[in-house]
Amino acid sequence: MAAVETTGSGARTIDWSSDEFKKRRSRRYAADRRLQYYGIAAIATALGLLAILITSLVMTGYTAFTQTMVSVQITLDDERIDRNDVFGANWRNIVRDAFKAATPGLETADERAYFAMFTNNAPFLVRDRVVADPRLVGTTVTFTIPMADPVDQLAKGQIDRSTPESQRRVSDQQIAWFDGLAQQGMISRPFNTGLFFNADSRFPELAGLAGAISGSFWALMVCFFISFPCGIAAAIYLEEFAPKNKLTDLIEVNINNLAAVPSVVFGLLALAVFIGWFNMPRSIPLVGGLALALMTLPTIIIVTRASLKSVPSSIREAALGIGASKHEVIMHHILPLAMPTILTGTIIGLAQALGETAPLLLIGMNAFITSPPAGILEPATALPTQIFIWADSPERGFVSRTSAAILVLLGFLITMNAIAIFLRQRFERRW
Amino acid sequence: MNMLTEASIEQKLSPMKNEPRIKMRGDKVTVHYGEKQALFGVDLQIPEHQVTALIGPSGCGKSTFLRCLNRMNDTIDGCRVGGKVTLDQEDVYDPKIDVVELRARVGMVFQKPNPFPKSIYENIAYGPRIHGLTKSKAEMDEVVEKSLRKAAIWDEVKDRLSESGTGLSGGQQQRLCIARAIAVSPEVILMDEPCSALDPIATAKVEELIDELRQNYTIVIVTHSMQQAARVSQRTAMFHIGYLVEEGPTDKMFTNPDDKRTQDYITGRFG
Repeated sequence: MAAVETTGSGARTIDWSSDEFKKRRSRRYAADRRLQYYGIAAIATALGLLAILITSLVMTGYTAFTQTMVSVQITLDDERIDRNDVFGANWRNIVRDAFKAATPGLETADERAYFAMFTNNAPFLVRDRVVADPRLVGTTVTFTIPMADPVDQLAKGQIDRSTPESQRRVSDQQIAWFDGLAQQGMISRPFNTGLFFNADSRFPELAGLAGAISGSFWALMVCFFISFPCGIAAAIYLEEFAPKNKLTDLIEVNINNLAAVPSVVFGLLALAVFIGWFNMPRSIPLVGGLALALMTLPTIIIVTRASLKSVPSSIREAALGIGASKHEVIMHHILPLAMPTILTGTIIGLAQALGETAPLLLIGMNAFITSPPAGILEPATALPTQIFIWADSPERGFVSRTSAAILVLLGFLITMNAIAIFLRQRFERRW
Repeated sequence: MNMLTEASIEQKLSPMKNEPRIKMRGDKVTVHYGEKQALFGVDLQIPEHQVTALIGPSGCGKSTFLRCLNRMNDTIDGCRVGGKVTLDQEDVYDPKIDVVELRARVGMVFQKPNPFPKSIYENIAYGPRIHGLTKSKAEMDEVVEKSLRKAAIWDEVKDRLSESGTGLSGGQQQRLCIARAIAVSPEVILMDEPCSALDPIATAKVEELIDELRQNYTIVIVTHSMQQAARVSQRTAMFHIGYLVEEGPTDKMFTNPDDKRTQDYITGRFG
């Protein structure tokens, strides 16, 4: 029997349970399932790639979160340190003598190789602590001092003891000295707080992200305080006030285009305008923030316009209907209702700006700077440019530090996105 | 504003009872949406303290005409209004007229209940606050209570004024919106199918309310329901594809209309 039959009077009877219809329906269900599988496959691929990225970063980066330290007793002799001029004492010799005391029977010819095991800056670390607290003079204090990078690698097992001596950066004798120190219980490997509280350094064991984190912070502040108010004001004008004509169409097209312009172009623009014309200094977060603001502005305008548009017109009409002025309609009703979405978009825009490298390279925020900036007018690096610098450095210790810095950057990005998601869920409204 | 309204009640009770004053008047009103003409020379008078119902099939222009009365059409891009609309002999479309004042005097209730996503109290207090109608918190409390009472919703919400207006039922939301319109003490209230989203019980309540409000306000209501027009209005105007077909006292319109189209529409033959 055919699935559809037309009777004499023209009415049609349909046999829904016929094989033809059953087959047709099962094909439609199969299409549903295929669509679902494509989606699952896509998500699995994305998650897999993400897992590979994170795993490889963690594998190379985790060692940078600890640092090999040596605890050494230093006698801060009155004879060698003038209480009135703590800074001027011969700290190099004081510290070296303390190191020598830890390994008895050291020959003069070996001293150079021996001292290379400790960070080059050890005398300054000791000096700074005693300068900060002069009461220490006349006592014997235990100082915990970072080991130099090759020894750090050795302690972490990154350098294989079985490789021939000529092919590794620590000699057999240095290994013997290190084992000697370890036997005396002088070696420890605590959490590497220096990674977060030190600024950049030539020596991996001393290099940290403090300068990069505060540089990124200041640049993002500048970026936020410029792009957020400008973006919202521009979006409100375009959405609520601007007449619909050729000029506003042109502006709209251009804003959408700006959002797609490669960030390196904004870097060049900032270089030409802010540094070239306005003679602002290079490498400062102010210029970096301005470049990032140029980049973020179109995103914020687009997000704000979309969220203003998504406020139901019934709210607008309700306010107009009781005689609210345009300003009141926007400020009391439309903008507050659109704000959660605007904030979400802004945070995502800022997260993008945080990870942006190219414009910062062009305006010189990849300089080697050894102290964190105190404000937006002091030279600084930023997190992504710090990663760039470290990735470029030959020392073995910077390999793991680069991965660690990427993990820190990802941590900030995840935090920002989590805040965005939280805001969206907390303030999401249904009408 | 309150005093004004009360004064006008007395005026209404005075001799001219049989010949109510004309509150609003449309004179050859035309409306274009871009190229498309939606209204063709509508002449209509809205008598004071009466309910005027605008009826007609979908797309006939009754809502368009209603929105001309408080210039809500201004917000629609490409909308042009011709002819003349007056409120107490004042031209509503005069460039010198203050739209904010006009909309305060001619309030509006919409098809879908649209309370602000704020507390019930704030919903009512918002209008009086932006217009500066109250001097103190106590006075504001009084305005809020009075408005809610007039909208016959006070007893249902008095214990939860700080809760969100969007949490009320549809019928309560619509009465809240009516209370919000009343709070500004308008002279005219425009209602655009106020019961179309409500169930029969809520509709009955709102209709009862409309009848009471007529004492103090002039009401223009757009409705798709013939029974509703018959129940609540004193005058009815029938629209069809942009033209005013006929208008007159409601009882006459429903028993003995002059135009065949009105006859057909009312008896359900089209529309």
